[in-house]
Amino acid sequence: MKTKNIMIVGVGGQGTLLTSRILGKLMIEAGYDVKLSEVHGMAQRGGSVVTFVRYGEKVYEPIVEEGQADVLIAFEKLEALRYIHFLKKGGAIVINDQQIDPMPVVIGAAEYPQNIMEDISKNHRVYKVNAVDEAKKLGNSKVFNIIVLGVAAQHMEFSKDQWLSVIERTVPAKTVEINKKAFELGYSLA
Amino acid sequence: MKGAAKVTTKELMLGNQAFARGAYEAGCKVSAAYPGTPSTEISENIAKYDEIYSEWSPNEKVALEVAIGASISGVRALASMKHVGLNVAADPLFTASYTGVNGGLVIIVADDPGLYSSQNEQDTRAIARAAKVPVLEPSDSAEAKEFVKFAYELSEKYDTPVIIRSTTRLSHSQGLVELSDRIDIEDKPYNRDIAKYVMMPGNAKGRHLAVEKRELALIKDSCNFPINRVEYNDTKIGIITSGIPYQYVKEALPEVSVLKLGTVNPLPKGLIEEFASRVEKLYIVEELDPIIEEQVKSWGINAIGKEIFTVQGEYSANMLRKAIKGEDITYHAVEGIPNRPPILCPGCPHRSVYTILKKLKLHAAGDIGCYTLGAVAPLSVVDTTICMGASISTLHGMEKAKGKEYIKDWVAVIGDSTFLHTGVNSLINMVYNKSTGTVLILDNSTTGMTGHQDHAATGKTLKGEVTYAVDLEKLCRAIGVPNVYVVNAYDGKKLEQTIKEAVASDEIAVIIAQAPCVLLKKASITRKYYIDQEKCKKCGLCMKPGCPAKTKNENGDIVINETMCNGCSLCVDFCKFDAIKAIE
Repeated sequence: MKTKNIMIVGVGGQGTLLTSRILGKLMIEAGYDVKLSEVHGMAQRGGSVVTFVRYGEKVYEPIVEEGQADVLIAFEKLEALRYIHFLKKGGAIVINDQQIDPMPVVIGAAEYPQNIMEDISKNHRVYKVNAVDEAKKLGNSKVFNIIVLGVAAQHMEFSKDQWLSVIERTVPAKTVEINKKAFELGYSLA
Repeated sequence: MKGAAKVTTKELMLGNQAFARGAYEAGCKVSAAYPGTPSTEISENIAKYDEIYSEWSPNEKVALEVAIGASISGVRALASMKHVGLNVAADPLFTASYTGVNGGLVIIVADDPGLYSSQNEQDTRAIARAAKVPVLEPSDSAEAKEFVKFAYELSEKYDTPVIIRSTTRLSHSQGLVELSDRIDIEDKPYNRDIAKYVMMPGNAKGRHLAVEKRELALIKDSCNFPINRVEYNDTKIGIITSGIPYQYVKEALPEVSVLKLGTVNPLPKGLIEEFASRVEKLYIVEELDPIIEEQVKSWGINAIGKEIFTVQGEYSANMLRKAIKGEDITYHAVEGIPNRPPILCPGCPHRSVYTILKKLKLHAAGDIGCYTLGAVAPLSVVDTTICMGASISTLHGMEKAKGKEYIKDWVAVIGDSTFLHTGVNSLINMVYNKSTGTVLILDNSTTGMTGHQDHAATGKTLKGEVTYAVDLEKLCRAIGVPNVYVVNAYDGKKLEQTIKEAVASDEIAVIIAQAPCVLLKKASITRKYYIDQEKCKKCGLCMKPGCPAKTKNENGDIVINETMCNGCSLCVDFCKFDAIKAIE
């Protein structure tokens, strides 16, 4: 099979690392060669962060390049717009409908773009989810990233049980139940 | 080597985790490091192996000397650091090249092409060449582990420290690694040998000869090292590459012939000459400086390198497709969208200190850490950042250049970990040479930027054991600083008054602004705040400190993001209308 490319973008602190680790484990257990690339250190401090996940028979480079992502998972709207050119023609983009103002916007030096969802929808298959509100309904706003992952999982070839089994073994023991609920919720959202 | 290595299992490992595993499997017994992105996780993972003694040293020079001592005593030892850390450790490195080793000595150095988390983009191979130390360069996590084991064999066989060069992309990528058991290595006996280990001029002369002989032997022998590998294919194009760029070559040009170098210093000259003679067009693909290219060209070999490839940043497969195949693959990013630079976290104690410095219109000579972020808007306080510890010495230099009145508009700011790294020497110098400036130690009880590592003043070791904690206040007094103040970093009033007095005074002062990093567990968040929209006049004063938890909603109301607020209450003091209240 041809190598598949997943990209997770968001704001430092949103939990992109946990999400990519779940993906990585899932793909090894499915018998694929896997490479992941992460951002640590200074860039993580509230900055724009990107994680690449690639899987297939034999994976060489650990990064996903422009025009190559099969699935783009965006935890924040502006970050979706920033990296949209990485999405392959016909690829799927899952966007968490959340706005986090970057510092130039907070201090009035720049404006947060309007109509991001509409603009991206013109040329791409967009799957939108208001995961923060959904997570609050579940009682823990932090699990929004697993809800987003659940939505994205609909566009990958792994079964729901495979996902749940990996989540169970990856997240902290105390949060297994809430994370599984969050995933199931995301997986059921159309 | 002793012991039977049996394959047990495959794991997805970060490059840095694989380096640690390699040290474990190779029988390494002592590891020392100072945290620095992208190298930090090497030590953090080594600390998980009880068979290896591991520590955070105060800086990279100390770390390398610890490893050298362990090697001389007869065990396999490791030092790890980021590229700029090797500058700090350059002094012991250059002479350890002369002394050679007893137990194997490996130094893992992580470069940062693309500057994800560094103050420059220097190439470790250039330093290694100057020090005449062999360099290995792995291409993925599996090789990261295996190369460490091979490096120990080389180190002992050729009596030399060996550098393994990583890059951010390798250190922070995960790939599959096959695990083996730890090899049981017996300690080598220690025999007094001053001609080898006491580097005074007469002895060093002899050792320099040994170094030159070693280089010649390695140039020849490395042609047969299995980690230098030729992959013949279509010979119209041949590419010499190493490290992560090898992956980009395989991705973009699977049809070409490749010489994959595992040793990048010294170069396997014969192997390169043979490869060059068998391909029609030769390219050299290496990130950062043309280290391989310049040597190869100096041998009279025609090759294409930096004429078409950049010396800056990271490479990619698309870059090679464009440069070598002339493919038209340009993708356009959406233009004009706001940047999202890294920022101080909500509730960060540094923000509290910087709002006072800004109010007092002071300039700050800065240093390396999260607090470097005080350089950018809206705080805009930090004027300079050079290297670890430089804040204090540059402030001193300014005073000696322009006089003590000039320096009353300035302070130095430095973190607790950075102060112990190399700031202490600079403070001693200020006292010794009669400076009058003001130094702020931003003491957040951790090494913050690299992800919370302990240091000599936190009371805990790398392994989490309780230990003596250096008392920064007493240390500064012992150095001879007459005025040392310890102030809660969130106590704006006291901080303002103390800073005013200190900069106005004609005596040197150190202000230790204390408050643990908000991301540390011990900085427990007791409350969060909200804005009472009936009282809020939308004046925007509370936005001034640039807290990312505060934003304007679609109605233009200023609101606090409840999940992001860490309850520092800095904004409460900025509001003149009592509109910011704690959530009950």
